[in-house]
Amino acid sequence: MDIKFSGFGGQGIIKSGTLIGKAASLFDDKFATLTQSFGPEARGGACSAQLVIDEEPILYPYIVRPEILVSMSQEAYEKFLDDLAPNGTLLTDTDLVKPHKIRKDVTMHSIPSTRIAEEMGNRIFANVVMVGFFTAITKIVNSEAMKKALPGSVPERFIDINIEAFDKGFQYGAETLEKN
Amino acid sequence: MKADPIGVATGSYYLDGDHACAEGAIAGGCRFLAGYPITPSTEVAERMAERFPKVGGVFIQMEDELASMAAVSGAVWAGAKSMTVTSGPGFSLMMENLGLAAMMEVPCVVVNVQRGGPSTGLPTLTGQADMMQARWGSHGDYEIIALSPNSPQECFDLTVKAFNLSEEWRVPVLFMMDECVGHMTEKVVIPNADKIDVTPRKFYKGKKEDYRPFKFNGADSVAPLVKAGDGYFIHITGLTHDERGYPVINAEAQEKNVTHLVNKILKNEEKIRIIEENQVEGADVVVVSYGISSRVAMKAVESAREKGLKVGTIRLVTVWPFPESRIRELAKSVKAFVVPEINLGQIVLEVERCANGEAKTILVPHAGGWVHDPIDILNAIEESIK
Repeated sequence: MDIKFSGFGGQGIIKSGTLIGKAASLFDDKFATLTQSFGPEARGGACSAQLVIDEEPILYPYIVRPEILVSMSQEAYEKFLDDLAPNGTLLTDTDLVKPHKIRKDVTMHSIPSTRIAEEMGNRIFANVVMVGFFTAITKIVNSEAMKKALPGSVPERFIDINIEAFDKGFQYGAETLEKN
Repeated sequence: MKADPIGVATGSYYLDGDHACAEGAIAGGCRFLAGYPITPSTEVAERMAERFPKVGGVFIQMEDELASMAAVSGAVWAGAKSMTVTSGPGFSLMMENLGLAAMMEVPCVVVNVQRGGPSTGLPTLTGQADMMQARWGSHGDYEIIALSPNSPQECFDLTVKAFNLSEEWRVPVLFMMDECVGHMTEKVVIPNADKIDVTPRKFYKGKKEDYRPFKFNGADSVAPLVKAGDGYFIHITGLTHDERGYPVINAEAQEKNVTHLVNKILKNEEKIRIIEENQVEGADVVVVSYGISSRVAMKAVESAREKGLKVGTIRLVTVWPFPESRIRELAKSVKAFVVPEINLGQIVLEVERCANGEAKTILVPHAGGWVHDPIDILNAIEESIK
């Protein structure tokens, strides 16, 4: 499964890919290769993480046509939408991406991940809300494995709030699927 | 001997190649790092700077790469296992003192996380265009060992190996990563310390007045080292020297000294050699590759095999010294070698030299910034046996 996470630097885009890759490879008995691309800027530039998850060892590390695209900025959405494979899945942040270009051959699901994180007190958790949403919608990695991936990947004193952020995203995703 | 448990972070991790390299260095016994951080190698220095205080190591951010490489040699003569880490532009600056390290037979590791060049080139994107520089970058005749990992796990395993080889042969070992592997994150398993073999430094134990810092008699000869401060009055220099280390400026001394530097590696190529062969027996074509390109090549080879082509692979884990005898041998039985590399033709020249006209040699070049499209490698494989 080829997955691309995209947004701007500082949103935790690469961290999202790392969490899911870690969950898949350490706690879900799969292979997961993560690569990343970013500009020279520390924050604010376009950034993306590419994650390949497979049952077999992975040879080719990059992604040409993602089957799942996660976009957390308008720029990233516009830049990568055309790359999304036919019958692919598009996940966006409702407030940050206005999907004026519609592709009929892909399924889109949105979550106000940044707003949910702000309601929890800090938008920094938006990526983990999105990871929860991703987990519920795609079912590629099980949610227990995802929660095991959080310790060691986020500061210890923030583990509980990150799990809460994950759960909120997961629940929103489960409800989204029920509605469809 | 086995690794010192204090430096071994046993466990399963999701790590990128840079971080895994840092852990490999510490597990391999490295306790001194001098460097000048540069993308895409910065994470190696960053992790070691953070880890070193807990294991009794020292990290110095130097004023530049010339000084970094000099400090590495200094630290080795003070007794530490040492390394530096850089990328292309810094690697160029290290060449002068790399030559000094080769001449003084300093066991050390130089990590180069290759990015696209020349000059500052592509700071955040991959390349494999420093492979010839690794071999020939400093002036004069000398030999080094160069390793090329293709996964974060190997960045750990082979960094340990790099330190072991450097101690065994008293030679700088160049750890030639590429940005793709450096910034690629995968599962990395760090074993228990008692499962990690570490080659200890050979320290001299005899009478002080009998100590000779160099030994030139025979291809296997590597003299033990001493530590600065232990009371040995020794002379080590970049000038051509005798076994005492004192300058001797004549052709006879040059012959002994330089032939030794070269032979201790070339005459032991088969002992040093690490290559991975896959289905080369009976193959019509053998794909020769290293680093990340070896994984991309395997993707192409799988497609070629599905089409019924007899394709084998050789992966150069040690790129230098080049496995000359093996390529010569294979050239007698295969029709062609296909060499994909992320440069415009470097290691292919070695393959072509060793094939010596007995088998075709076909380069699949890539200027850098990305890895090959496996289809380009597949096309070259098909083309090579037409």
